[in-house]
Amino acid sequence: MTLEALLVVAAALFAVGLYGAISQQSFVMLMMGLELMINGALLALIALWALSTGGNPQGQMLAIVFMTVMAIEMALGFALITNVYRVRRADITEKLRKLKG
Amino acid sequence: MNRSLVVDVLFWCFAAGSVVTGYLVFRTDSMVRAAFWLLASFVGVGAILVMLAAEFLGVVLILMMAGEMLIMAVVMVMFMMNPAGLNPMFMVHQHRFAVAAGVVSFAGLSVVALTVEFPDQPVDPAVDATAELGFELLGDSMLVFQTAGVALLATMIGAIALASRNGRFGTADEGSQEPALDIEELESP
Repeated sequence: MTLEALLVVAAALFAVGLYGAISQQSFVMLMMGLELMINGALLALIALWALSTGGNPQGQMLAIVFMTVMAIEMALGFALITNVYRVRRADITEKLRKLKG
Repeated sequence: MNRSLVVDVLFWCFAAGSVVTGYLVFRTDSMVRAAFWLLASFVGVGAILVMLAAEFLGVVLILMMAGEMLIMAVVMVMFMMNPAGLNPMFMVHQHRFAVAAGVVSFAGLSVVALTVEFPDQPVDPAVDATAELGFELLGDSMLVFQTAGVALLATMIGAIALASRNGRFGTADEGSQEPALDIEELESP
């Protein structure tokens, strides 16, 4: 379990998440891609904290901020999905043409 | 058996598992199943965090994601077409660009990971990292902790405001209306 291996795994998670966030049409699947990207970032952060900073507690503090961001993204995402579905009857991104410039 | 060999085998199992299940999220037909594949991916990462001496964060990640993915499954069943995966589903746009973006980001981040020289300072095994985090949370970084709490409170208020069907003075999507001066009118539905 070397730092390089951990960072490559984190990069793989981030890349899969980026693929999902760009390619998926359904709002919820898109959010899953975003979650996966934050997952990869969290893994890279903790890997650097554990193997490269000598266990500075502020590194774990930053991880807690990451988790807060995850929770906020999910909560507001679900609220927006509910609102968009109610107002526009839309559940995929292609139905929101009005936002297009 | 050698301890570091066991750690390595476990690490590669969890790592491969989390990446593969993360990929399966976008390949399965059923959205509910996709939520559970994502949960499996988070459990793999949480296990790796536990192996990296961040026990508290790893377990918190698993617990938080278990709750979140159950909510996600419920939202799927409520709003999405085809939640049960009875029909094949492959709903993507700009697929080629997305694949290219994923491959390029993986290659770029891997090059950074493999070429940069990071300092080699592992966590001291004698130190209790969870206790240190506790003292950090309620000591020097308390303001950060409190700010996260206030941000979550604002998120709750915003989510309720966005998702509720009716505000106090009318439907949510019509904007606010003046309250009626007549009390009886205000009380009638």
